[in-house]
Amino acid sequence: MIRILLYACLATLVLVAQKAYAGDFSIHGFLQGNYSLGIETSNPDGGDLKWAEERGQLKLEGAQEALRLFLKTDVSFDHLNENGEFELREAYLDLTQKRWDLRVGRQIVTWGLGDLIFINDIFPKDYEAFFSGRPLEYLKKGTDAIKAGFYPDIASFELVIIPFFEPNNFPDSNRFWMYDPMPGVTNRVQKEPASNIRNTEAALRVYRDIAGFDASIYAYKGFYRSPSMVPDSFTSPTRIELIYPELSVYGVSLQRSAFGGIAGFEAGYYDSLDDRSGTDPLIPNSQTRFLLSYQRQVIEDFSVTVQYYGEYTHDYAEYESTRIAAFPKEPRFRDLASIRLTYLIMHQNMRLQWFSFWSPVDRDYLLNPEVRYNFTDHVWAALGANVFGGKKDTTQFGSLDKNDNMYMQARYEF
Amino acid sequence: MLRYLVLLLAILMPLKSLAITPEEVMKNSQAAFLYPGRDFKARVVMRLISKSGSVRTRELTMLRKNYGETGGDQKYFMYFFQPADVKDMTFMVYKYPGRDDDRWLFIPALNMVRRIAAQDSRSSFVGSDFTYEDVSGRDLADDSHEIVGEEKLGGADCFVVKSTPKAGDTDYSHKLSWMDKKTFLPLKEEYFDKRGDLYKVFTAEEIKDVNGFPTIVKRTMKNLQSGHSTETAFTKVDYNMGIEDSLFTERYLKQPPRKWIE
Repeated sequence: MIRILLYACLATLVLVAQKAYAGDFSIHGFLQGNYSLGIETSNPDGGDLKWAEERGQLKLEGAQEALRLFLKTDVSFDHLNENGEFELREAYLDLTQKRWDLRVGRQIVTWGLGDLIFINDIFPKDYEAFFSGRPLEYLKKGTDAIKAGFYPDIASFELVIIPFFEPNNFPDSNRFWMYDPMPGVTNRVQKEPASNIRNTEAALRVYRDIAGFDASIYAYKGFYRSPSMVPDSFTSPTRIELIYPELSVYGVSLQRSAFGGIAGFEAGYYDSLDDRSGTDPLIPNSQTRFLLSYQRQVIEDFSVTVQYYGEYTHDYAEYESTRIAAFPKEPRFRDLASIRLTYLIMHQNMRLQWFSFWSPVDRDYLLNPEVRYNFTDHVWAALGANVFGGKKDTTQFGSLDKNDNMYMQARYEF
Repeated sequence: MLRYLVLLLAILMPLKSLAITPEEVMKNSQAAFLYPGRDFKARVVMRLISKSGSVRTRELTMLRKNYGETGGDQKYFMYFFQPADVKDMTFMVYKYPGRDDDRWLFIPALNMVRRIAAQDSRSSFVGSDFTYEDVSGRDLADDSHEIVGEEKLGGADCFVVKSTPKAGDTDYSHKLSWMDKKTFLPLKEEYFDKRGDLYKVFTAEEIKDVNGFPTIVKRTMKNLQSGHSTETAFTKVDYNMGIEDSLFTERYLKQPPRKWIE
């Protein structure tokens, strides 16, 4: 109800803005085709396409003095489900003052230093989009939130209040082969946190320059965005609830030029509020997560980014003694390394890119080569592949082993 | 007595005008070309023209603020209008003499600020024939300079300065610059490759007086070897507008203020 009201308000504002600020109004957008073909096996539902759609996006912007309105709406036709969809990607109002500002509405927030690794960026993501070969911007989902910025001399503050919980989106089980510890139980119920004052999420970032470092500290109180499975019985389950346990995160990030490139460090403590002792086998234990990154331009228009990420599970003895045998055993320490190579050629009209993840502990990987060419100043197309694999079929990328795909994105932008 | 005085003056006058050192010419040129005013703004349109004649366009607003004297720190803020896939992107550079720049890029579709590694200032600027150095300057101490002549170029008296990089990490072996004796703006530059062949030519096609600062508003960089060239036009040029320090922060990188970018 609150949500409907919010959008009614925004829609009214759009109309008002259109009339009042007709002189300062801009429209941009794109038309896009995006297709992804499975190259390993057919999908669980028998199909071969991981993604196939045409999409149009409109970006409307109006501004008057301290106020700015921004709307980004998508209309798409999905060939896999043969249906059309209207999606409000972003819709917000900005109010900017000298020492503070406010952004109200659906918005995308990105925090932290990671390249596809997120520690202090606890905002909702769409992994299906990422694994299906959609353009990278679709990895981030909009959040219905209020963001306030304060800019005193001492540091800058960003406070995000999220009244409506939004989970991460994971690949559709009709299209993606994934590991499921309880495949026999098909009766599953999503139990998202209700929207009320107590469940309102809050995220704070404070940042400033410290001796040449871009330094940030972060704090978050809310929920895990990946669900935990809660079966009604361990011995003969008939129904599984997918719950989102409570979570707090406290973290830092530092980044600066060093060693002829840019070095970064990010860390966060994941405080699992519903299972602080680590004895509840259905809820994740608290963890410490960290990331080291280094980026360097090797030769003109060729840059390399390497990352090393680790997560350390606390109260591991409690986890070991209470864990459910049917669920795969999590390691005490899990790590992940990544490399990104980007080479721009032909006056930066062509981009050759390689991205890969490799987990030394899980022994699994994701490979993502991509080539993109700008045919004109308005038309570009990209061709790429996602290749997954691993030693075990229970790990993050190992479980996606059968979902290798080749994708194509083509866009006309205006 | 008077005769001697006249003779002395006659001897001293040309000596005095000749006595300018190549370093002074370059310093004056740097002040006139890259550091005029306390701050600066321009709408920049770059036309990237391939050998076959196809054209790509880059359009941006460029803002600059000086910190300290000529040759000192500068901050740059750029907002992109074109091409369509980089519309609304912003780019910020803190330039320091004698060490690598700090660079940040804002990607609006992800609402994300990224630091960009910046080791090679001879890299192409947005895919054009201009390098970062051509846009924001090169440390004078990185080259040895020599006045190799004086020539008239398009009616203007010029010093011709040969600049040779001290380190061998550049794409050219030396550069000849024609510096207008009045304005100290470079009217032409010729870059020679490692074999000594001419390969890039910079020309200033139009110079306008903006608030008392002679400003090159049309310039071209042509790569003779690839046949590719870039024509750059500055419009809406302004100086000493009083750009606040706060513009060059993450806050405004994410929300570029209209009053500066339009």
